[in-house]
Amino acid sequence: MEKLLQLIVTGTALGGVYALLALGFVVVFRATEVVNFAHGGLLMVGTYFTARFRTVNEYPFVVALLLGIAIAVAVALVVERLFVRPVQSRSIVAAAIMTIGVDVVLQTDITRRLGIDILAVGDPWQSATVDVAGITLPQTRVAALVASVLVLGAFFAWFKRSDWGIAMRATAEDHHTAELMGVRLGRVSALVWIIAAVLAVVGGVFLSAFPAPGVSPTTSAVALRAFPAAILGGLDSTGGALAGGVLIGLAETLTQGYQEDLAFLGDGFSAVMPYVVMVAVLLVRPTGLFGTKEATRV
Amino acid sequence: MNTTAARPIELEIGHATVRFAGVVALDDVSMRVSRASIHAVIGPNGAGKSTLFNLISGVYTPAAGSVRVRGRELVGLRPDEICRLGVARAFQNIALYPHSTVEENVLLGRHHLTRAGIVAGGLRLPGARREERRHRARVGEIAEFLGIAHRLRHAAGNLSHGDQKRVEIARALSVEPSLLLLDEPAAGMNAHETHEIGELIADIRHALDIPVLLVEHDMGLVMGIADRVTVLDFGRVIADGTSAEVQRDPEVIRAYLGAEDDTDDHMTVPAGGH
Repeated sequence: MEKLLQLIVTGTALGGVYALLALGFVVVFRATEVVNFAHGGLLMVGTYFTARFRTVNEYPFVVALLLGIAIAVAVALVVERLFVRPVQSRSIVAAAIMTIGVDVVLQTDITRRLGIDILAVGDPWQSATVDVAGITLPQTRVAALVASVLVLGAFFAWFKRSDWGIAMRATAEDHHTAELMGVRLGRVSALVWIIAAVLAVVGGVFLSAFPAPGVSPTTSAVALRAFPAAILGGLDSTGGALAGGVLIGLAETLTQGYQEDLAFLGDGFSAVMPYVVMVAVLLVRPTGLFGTKEATRV
Repeated sequence: MNTTAARPIELEIGHATVRFAGVVALDDVSMRVSRASIHAVIGPNGAGKSTLFNLISGVYTPAAGSVRVRGRELVGLRPDEICRLGVARAFQNIALYPHSTVEENVLLGRHHLTRAGIVAGGLRLPGARREERRHRARVGEIAEFLGIAHRLRHAAGNLSHGDQKRVEIARALSVEPSLLLLDEPAAGMNAHETHEIGELIADIRHALDIPVLLVEHDMGLVMGIADRVTVLDFGRVIADGTSAEVQRDPEVIRAYLGAEDDTDDHMTVPAGGH
């Protein structure tokens, strides 16, 4: 029972991190209709520089994190302005393919910089644990849970209440009307890419913290699980990103925790589990749990 | 009604031609809308009325010609830039965000008037909150004016067709327009609702002192409230004048009677007879 409780808490925390990543993916898709495959690349850039500034340059963690975020945001804006936006007005599919190319370039460059090293992110929690109600949790997971709740809460409040949130939702639902009502689509597009980059770096840092050893080329493989989280929740649903993230986090952690009972599936099945869940949900609900089926206008 | 001729020109379209892959949707169209006038554009289906609206709001770029608002050239500007210049539009097919509230829908029209940046608005700094309160108060006034104040918190998609049309107009007014484009405001309405919309349009003109350019199929409404009527057929202007003049025009009678089997459009309604 204790084990189950522990797995649920750590799974939810991991799910919160996936939700951060999935949300960045979803906001770009909703506002611009571009499926951003470079999301993992942005995560790697920001996380790598955060770890580098922290571990190599020995800046304070918060400073390193802010610098990492700044670099990822700058890269996101360059990618959006130079590569995606000029193409997306002509072909949304071409823009998505473009992001695959961008992702390959970004990942390759970070892999080259890393070499064979695993760069520790040097977060303040390290491998310390905390005991809550008889269960032992890594502090990084508790921090991830708190951080994702705060960041997601702030995002949804802003998205719901602020003028730019209204403009973003309007653009997501019908960008022609939004533009005719005076919304600058270029700014909305830049804004969602910035949001995606910030969320990706925050998520990436937690994915690289304990129990992970640090930033390595495999980090991006872990980050890739944000895709099933986003698709599972419904690509066009911000709330779905949250639900999808938590579901994937739980599925992965529970499979890992009960690995010996699931030995017939083979070792390391927890890495496959998110995709199994995704496929199962999509077979029943092709638009994801909270996705809307687009009504065709005749 | 001829007094409008002496008023300054707000919107001037000069020899505008719009083509789509060989089809000429607007052919050398010229027209002028004077200050604070209600100017109707009528014509059979496919005559180019919606194309004209899309031309003015920047969705289409003309192959030739100009569109000027108070002397300012609009051709080459993006739709959001044109909206920012005070050209606001209510759509023929209801283009509201059905899951958002009426208030949020109308607030969208004020997006371009919001000064607080993303960060100040996001952090809810005092200046940004004051501004937001101001905008919400103005949205309340506009909703009051249109008789939908009691619906502000409802999801727009749950409203009746007539109320949704009013939200459309409210959103356009929240832009604080200097020129209002109404695309078939009475579409799908019964006689009573149509009459109310007619009064509302007249009220808007009086209250805001702005020109209203109106595309409408309901001839009773058009002839009742329009100061001036431009008739399009096959993308060309075939008549332009007061409603009385236009009704007598043989070209107009031919276009309507010859081109449409649909007898909903009664050209015999006398001016002001609604």
